[in-house]
Amino acid sequence: MNNEGVDKSKRQFLTTALTVVGAVGTGYLAVPFLAQMQPSVKAMAAGAPVEVDISKMEPGQLLRVAWRGKPVWILNRTPEVLATLATLDSELRDPLSDESEQPPSSKNPVRSIKPEIFVAVGLCTHLGCSPTFRPEIAPNDLGEKWKGGFFCPCHGSWFDLAGRVYRGVPAPTNLVIPPYRFVTDTQLIIGEPTEEKTA
Amino acid sequence: MKPSRLSECGNWVLDRFPLTKFWNEHMAHYYAPKNFNFFYFFGSLALLVLVIQIITGILLTMNYKPDAKLAFDSVEYIMRDVPWGWLVRYMHSTGASAFFIVIYLHMFRGLIYGSFKHPRELIWIFGMLLFVALMAEAFMGYLLPWGQMSYWGAQVIISLFSAIPVIGEELSLWIRGDYVVADATLNRFFAFHVIAVPLVLIMLVFMHIVALHEVGSNNPDGIEIKESKDPWGHPVDGIPFHPYYTVKDIVGVAVFLLFFATVIFYMPEMGGYFLEHANFIPADPMKTPEHIAPVWYFTPFYSILRAIPDKFAGVIAMGASIFVLFLLPWLDRCKVKSIRYRGGIFKKALLLFVVSFFGLGYLGTQPVTPTATIFARIFTAIYFGFFMLMPIYTRWEKTKPVPKTLTKLHSLEEQLHTLEEQLPALLDEITELKPMAAEIGHPAFKSSFFTRRPNTEGMRNVISRLAKKLKGSLD
Repeated sequence: MNNEGVDKSKRQFLTTALTVVGAVGTGYLAVPFLAQMQPSVKAMAAGAPVEVDISKMEPGQLLRVAWRGKPVWILNRTPEVLATLATLDSELRDPLSDESEQPPSSKNPVRSIKPEIFVAVGLCTHLGCSPTFRPEIAPNDLGEKWKGGFFCPCHGSWFDLAGRVYRGVPAPTNLVIPPYRFVTDTQLIIGEPTEEKTA
Repeated sequence: MKPSRLSECGNWVLDRFPLTKFWNEHMAHYYAPKNFNFFYFFGSLALLVLVIQIITGILLTMNYKPDAKLAFDSVEYIMRDVPWGWLVRYMHSTGASAFFIVIYLHMFRGLIYGSFKHPRELIWIFGMLLFVALMAEAFMGYLLPWGQMSYWGAQVIISLFSAIPVIGEELSLWIRGDYVVADATLNRFFAFHVIAVPLVLIMLVFMHIVALHEVGSNNPDGIEIKESKDPWGHPVDGIPFHPYYTVKDIVGVAVFLLFFATVIFYMPEMGGYFLEHANFIPADPMKTPEHIAPVWYFTPFYSILRAIPDKFAGVIAMGASIFVLFLLPWLDRCKVKSIRYRGGIFKKALLLFVVSFFGLGYLGTQPVTPTATIFARIFTAIYFGFFMLMPIYTRWEKTKPVPKTLTKLHSLEEQLHTLEEQLPALLDEITELKPMAAEIGHPAFKSSFFTRRPNTEGMRNVISRLAKKLKGSLD
């Protein structure tokens, strides 16, 4: 064996080459390992639309249904509520819902297809708690400025009865409106969009 | 003398495995400062709690079912039908809170005696990594009972990741494995809680101790005992860890277990702080409990999150409140380690910090009100001020001279003895003797009857003297 004249650059090359090949191999292996934590096919398929009968709803009543594992609210708003909504714009962060998530058919000041029937995903846009329905006006715990709405108990976000967020609370955007359509006047399908040609 | 069979057998092993060397290096010949006090119990206690959690955890997995449909009932099954299941479960749930009590005191010890400073920066970093891993472990473990608080707590914490711009939504989806917290989430949290994070914890504990034994322990005087050695090369102020501190720690373990057992047997829920009331209701994805709060050990950080009126900034602030602790060895510019010889400004800053930490912790358990939010914001400002202003105020600190070797503090008996001597004089000062009123007792004895009445003047003197003493100790 000849021990003289070790070729350092050859060693360096082999070390570098092995490191690179090893890193690429690790990278490839990481893809299936990480991707197997993505939602499974079964979880992705579980988003079937939900039919809701609203014929028995009283004015002012709130109905909760589950859609894709999330709570969806259906609220029958009274004319007084709708009148109040129009006066709140100056206290809201996004009164016209320009930065919020909703189907085009619900992008209006009252955020619904029919003004009296309000549909929304009941999860706060802050950190995903389900806000509490507080229709009363100026209750003791919320103070004088409360005009009825949804209050998130987790971090104190305020939403009005059109799911629009107030200024100065942690939630960044209005409540999400899911795609939905009216089959008849008293029959709703949540999870299917309203066809735009009627609009 | 012929060696016995047993010692021959022992030698056979020792020739092949360096057990003696290991024992000597880390126990019998590991020199620790001789002035360890109360605060030095918590390192070994943390190790004890880790062992308790691992053993009870293994037992719990034998009956627990990580399935959204079965989890809640399987926990109730453990509590009611498994022999001694309630004990194992309460040990595990109480152990979680005990772990954080012990770790917070352990960290506070590091803070007051400067154990994070040169040359122990890496020990502090490993310790902080342990703290973060422990928080992950506790958070994931809390989902497993699948109660209301488990569910909504996980929903909130996972949503924190969605605040990160661009990748946030995808990231939180990846963590959950579903569009909401669901069976997939529970199952993977079980895997992390039971195997992945415990492995990380054990590895970090190992590194924490290896790093500690390389540089040696700090002590309440904050001096390096290795700098003054006796003719045999042992530190003058050091004593071998075994038997001195193994024996001392056994006392600590006994006292700790006394408290631990009291909680397990008499107040396992600790008034809703160790096991929250809402968690005795099965998870309901349709309805958030009226008042949700994390378990007590997360509340200071949770308060910081709530105090900031912006989603992304709130998440950043919460992350920063933990991350800033990692930087502590470089934020503190004062060369003096122990609080005994540090300047008044550090003592005052530390006092403010401790008050704000407790304040934040309390507020985190309470519902949001406008007043609470204002207080939370003040405390958050103090919390960050303590760290961010540290490079400035520690540079100008007026420190006291640090001794070369350890000082001797008066023992508790001596302190009690002096107190005993002073007590009658103190009593005389705050009260005054007055002749008894005429209508009580016989007139003939009136002059010999005196009663003690509170003396406002004397009391004022005593209080102002105490306040001066307190202020003096802070300077």
